[in-house]
This record gives sequence, C-alpha cells and structure tokens, in this order.
Amino acid sequence: MIAMEDIRVELGGNLVLDGVSASFDGPGVSAIIGPSGCGKSTMLRTILGLVPIARGRVLVDGETLPEGNALLRMRRRFGYVIQSGGLFPHLTGGANVLLPARHAGMARGAARSRLDDLASLVRLGGDELGRYPGELSGGQRQRVALMRALMLEPEALLLDEPLGALDPEIRVGLQEDLAGIFSKTGARVLLVTHDLAEAAFLAADDALLLREGTVEQRGPMRELVREPRTGFAREFVEAQLGRSRELVGLGARA
Amino acid sequence: MAVLVGLMGLIGITIAGCDGGSAADDRGVSIGSKNFTESVVLGEALVQLAQDAGAEGEHRAALGGSRVLFEALQVGAIDAYVEYTGTLRFELLAGDGPLAYEELEHELGELGLAMSRPIGFNNTYAMGMLEERAAELGVTRVSDLAAHPELRFAFSNEFMSRGDGWPGLRARYGLEQEARGMDHTLAYRALAAGGIDAMELYSTDAEIDFFGLRVLEDDLAYFPRYEAIVLYRSDLGERLPGVLESILRLEGALDEGAMSGLNRLAKIGEAPPEGGEAVRVPEAVVAQRFVSERFAIEQGVVLETWQDRLVRTTRQHLVLVGISLGLAVLIAVPLGVFAWWHKPTGTAVLAAVGMVQTIPSLALLVLLIPVFGDVGAGPAITALFCYSLLPIVRNTHAGLSAIPVELRESAAALGFGTLDRLVRLELPLASRVILAGIKTAAVINIGTATLAALIGAGGYGEPIVTGISLLDNGLIMQGAIPAALLALVAQGLFGLCERALPRGLGA
Repeated sequence: MIAMEDIRVELGGNLVLDGVSASFDGPGVSAIIGPSGCGKSTMLRTILGLVPIARGRVLVDGETLPEGNALLRMRRRFGYVIQSGGLFPHLTGGANVLLPARHAGMARGAARSRLDDLASLVRLGGDELGRYPGELSGGQRQRVALMRALMLEPEALLLDEPLGALDPEIRVGLQEDLAGIFSKTGARVLLVTHDLAEAAFLAADDALLLREGTVEQRGPMRELVREPRTGFAREFVEAQLGRSRELVGLGARA
Repeated sequence: MAVLVGLMGLIGITIAGCDGGSAADDRGVSIGSKNFTESVVLGEALVQLAQDAGAEGEHRAALGGSRVLFEALQVGAIDAYVEYTGTLRFELLAGDGPLAYEELEHELGELGLAMSRPIGFNNTYAMGMLEERAAELGVTRVSDLAAHPELRFAFSNEFMSRGDGWPGLRARYGLEQEARGMDHTLAYRALAAGGIDAMELYSTDAEIDFFGLRVLEDDLAYFPRYEAIVLYRSDLGERLPGVLESILRLEGALDEGAMSGLNRLAKIGEAPPEGGEAVRVPEAVVAQRFVSERFAIEQGVVLETWQDRLVRTTRQHLVLVGISLGLAVLIAVPLGVFAWWHKPTGTAVLAAVGMVQTIPSLALLVLLIPVFGDVGAGPAITALFCYSLLPIVRNTHAGLSAIPVELRESAAALGFGTLDRLVRLELPLASRVILAGIKTAAVINIGTATLAALIGAGGYGEPIVTGISLLDNGLIMQGAIPAALLALVAQGLFGLCERALPRGLGA
C-alpha cells in the first residue's frame, strides 16, 4: 500500500535520503535497520509528509501523498509511535488515547469501548490510563502511545524505535507483546530499529538495511545474516552478532 | 511599529468613551497644577474663583511637570493653570533671550493660548545653602561657588536639563562641581541633613525661612524673571467669559510675601490655637482662606478622608492595571505566537517591544497626551499596556520554542493542523511560561501605574506624589503600602492560577 519512489530528502543542508525506492505491500511487518544517522527515522517521517521531499514521490494506495487538509486526513490512516512516545504531557494517558477519536469526530461511546479493547490488547489497566505521561514508567508510556496510534484502526503502523528508550528486561517483555499486537491488528507495520535481534524477532520476513540515505540490501532477515551482499552489510551484521557472541562467551574472533 | 501606533489609537478611542468629559463640557472648567505645593494651592484658588462665577470647576492636581501641563493645555484637557514667564519663555517655547510681555502673548496666541497680567510675585530660581555652611565658606554670591569645587550640588531633574537651568548656570559662572538629580522637596531634606551643600531654590519656597537658608546673590544676572501668570486657552473667553473674568481677578493679587505665607501654611503648617506642634493646612483650605480674605468669596471645600481616598485610588489603580494588562495579554500572546511561527517577523516584533520598554515612562506619558488629546486614564493605560507587552511576548515565544520538535511532529502525525496543534498541544505546554510572563508584567504594571498620577490618572501614585512634595511620609505610605500589597495579591493570584494548571505540566 505504501510506495516510495526515488525519494531525495535534504534537511538543514544535509542530504538525508538519496534516491530511496521501496514499497510495502500487503499485511506483515517490515524492519528498517541501519546505523544511527542513516535516514531510518526520516523514511517514516517522509511517508507521513512531515518533511519536504526534494525529489521523487510517496504513493499511498497508488495515490501521491496529498497536501493541506487532505494530508491531515491521510495521516489518520497511519499510527505513529516515536521513541519517547510523543504523548501530550498535559493530558492523562486515557485522554491521550482518546485524542485522535475526538479529533476525528468519533462518537463518545464508540471511542470509550475502543479504548477498553485497546487497553486489554496492550495489557494496561484503567489506573495507568488515569495518570499523566510523566507519572508512568517508560514501558507503560509506550503502551499508551501504541493505544493512541491504534485508536482509529490505522491501515499502517509506523514505529520509530518504539522500544529504544527501555531497559533490556522490559524491552524483551514488550517485544513479545508487540508480536501479538501486530498479528491481532492486521495493520501493515514499518518498524525502525537499530537492533538486529529485535528486527529478527518482530520482522523475520522483511528487513531493509539503510546506509547513508540509500537502500543497501533488502530481503528476509535470514538472508541478510547469512548472505550479506556488501561489505557494509557484512560489517553491520557482524558488529551486532559478534558482540552478542562475545557477550555470551562464544566470540568467533575472541 | 505602524500596527502598534494603530493599536494605541484604538485603545484611545475605547478608553475615551469611559474617561468622563473634561474641558469640553459646557459649564465645566478644568484647572491644572504642577506637582508642587504652590502650584496646587493656586490651582485650588483658580477652581474656587471659577466656581464663584457659576462654573463646574475640576482640578487636575499635581500633574508631573511643566511639559505635561503645557501639552494638556494645548490639547484642551485643561483650560488654565498657573505658569511662570521664565519657564514659558525658556522651557516651553524654547527661546533664548527674554521677550517683552506683548511678544510672549503673540507667540502664545499662535498656539491658541493666552496669558494674564502678572499675579504679582516673581518666583525665580536662586541658589541656596545652609546659613552656617555658607558663612563658614564665606559664600554670598553664586560666583563665590567657583572657588569651592568640592561642594556637592543637587537639583530637581527639570532644572538639571532645562534651558534656563544648570547647564547654563554652570557655563555662566564657570562652575566645575558635579550635580545630582533629586526631587526638589527631598533635596531640602538632604541639604538640612548635610548630604548636599547647595541646591536650587524657588524664591517663594516656604523652606527658605524654615531651614534658615542663605539665598546667594545672582551677581551675573543669570536667572530671568519668573513672574507667575495664569496661562489659559484663548477659547475660554468665548466659551465662558464670566469665568475668565473671575479667574483673572488673580492678577496683581499676591506678592512674594503673601505667596510664601500660603506655601508655608500648606507645607509647614501653623500652630493650633491651643498651642503645640504646627499642623499642615490642606491646599484647598489654604486657597479657600486666601480667596475669602482677598475677594470675600465663600466656596465650600470638601476634604477627602483617608478611607475615601483609599477606596478611590484603589479603584483607579485597579482600572489602570486591569485594562492595560488585559489588553496586553490579548495582544501579546498572539504576537508571541506569530513571532514563533515566522522567524523574521519574530525578530522584528521582539525588537520592537523591547525598544518600547526603553522609553522612559514619563516621556512616554507626555508623548501620548497629544495622541489622546487628553491627560488621565487614556494615555496612562496605553503606556502601561506598552510596558506590559515585552514580558508576555518574550515568554510566549520562549515557552513555545522550548517544545520538543518530535512532540509537535507527533501531533502533526495525528492529523492535527497548525491551529489544532497550537490550541491542543503548544499553548497548553507553554502555559506555565506564558503565565510567568503575565505575572511579571502584572507586578511591573502595578509599580509603574503609580507614575500615572503624574498625568492625572490617579491611583496609588497620587498620595505618593503629593506626599513627596509635602514631605509627608504618612501620605506616601498611603500609596506605597497598598501598591505593595496589591503586587503581593497579584503574585498570590497568579500562584493559584499556576496550581490550577494540569499536573502533567510539572511544577
């Protein structure tokens, strides 16, 4: 449903995306991976129309990303979650979740029942939803952010390092929950992460490796790990796997 | 800047509606006076003479200096006040060299003004020192001062800068001393206490006698004559000929001795019949005694009790602060938002409101008199409005700038347009900082509003200004204490507002 065609993006005089073409069709989860500064987050922001495009175009269901009010309406078809959650600090968790519903003019009763469904989906209680974001733990905040992103039953979920700020322990728990949520919602998921293991766990079938604004390699995770096509891909994989091996005392190079 | 001027005009129109008529009334006569005792006493006398001719007399008392009065007279906010020929010639008409009476009259005529024959006393400037100190140094003439460069001088701020004041005196006599600006009445205190050695005197000041001062001879004839005259609008004679005739009875009615006597009654007082310490006589009563003795006129004088004054000045102060601050919030918050949305505009807006802040308050007040064609609440509220802009604009801008970009993008990703984002996210997030700006503006405003008394807008500044010119600490406190309390109350109220903000915004 989402296609990027030869996208070039310059931000503050820096070339961030340089001729990126990629399409994401059908259901499923795709991971966008790469070292920091490679343009992963900018890919998601480009799809949402949050950054100006210097060249190329973004297609959603075959239509070029619109402008003005049509763009605002289009954004409601996406759910977006960032590393820090992006929750409005002056509203309680529940109010944050209801925000898109109110804005889209959803009936109050329908919105409430959707909220209850989502709460059980992400395993949050009413008590947590009554608190302000500043009073929640990092994991709880991301669950609330996920609820908000799912409120309007989006066709696609764009997640930008959603677990990046969490402790490893909490992170693993949430990874498992996320896998369940992805399969239940049926939305197309684009997951930006720098963590190969996380990408392998959540998006085994499709990984896209970015390097300095260009697509380096795309394919199933297994393929990327076993048959990296470039020196950069090999180094990126080795750096992460090698470190994991070292950590558990199986260092190939040790 | 053009927008700002347009706004001032708009506020002017709004306020003019509730400012109450002044000189324009059919039977009404508005008299002004400067903020020193002699002027206030003579202003009261003019009011009583006008009332005797059947007019409704209003006294806009103790306005802040010759320039304010002269502007107010020209725009018709007042009909008459007592001025001095030297001041008129050298300060207000900015001439250099004395003019004959007829020539002065001609120049005034071109401004739509006229002057009476002399009232009868010459209240000239003079240099004065404590008698003992002068004797010790052997100083009797102004030119003797040149031999004592270590002497400390203090002059009123007006004298420091006016055409017939210190700069010319210094040049004429070749004086090398440094001089400080000081309120005239306070300078007397400083002189008596030995904090300064010499100051300028007005020759009818009651303090000359009271403190036993030596008046130095102006041996190089620097100071011109300052004949007191009634300065009035030429149209007064056409509008209310009887009233003009009545107030012109002041011509030749007071010589120097008589004027000093009245000043003494008002400033130092008289011993009560049963003995004891001297008790000050209110200016209105001094004027009443004078017109009664001299013209056999009996005009009732209603003296305000301190409670009545407190209620009135509180009301005035609240109106000044409330309206100016309210308007400032309405204008400054959107200005801050625009400044944030559009950087080039923002730089210009912040520079403009910052510049306004640097205009001295009395100067701004005087500048606004011709804009409004009146003294009083209009120009005062406008000036206070201008001073309130900066803290609010700056804090609105700063509060909005501090919002993390990713948070704003998250709102945009929810499909929120620019305005929705502003209302639902950005203004709430900036609210604490904006509120702090409004609080700062309110406290500054409450303090600055005490200067509004200098252009006849009343408020807590009124007892302060009068108290200073009468050396009456009690009277000063009647303005200073409520003003300080009001600032505290405002702080408290804003504290409550802050606590009402959502918990999520942090403390």
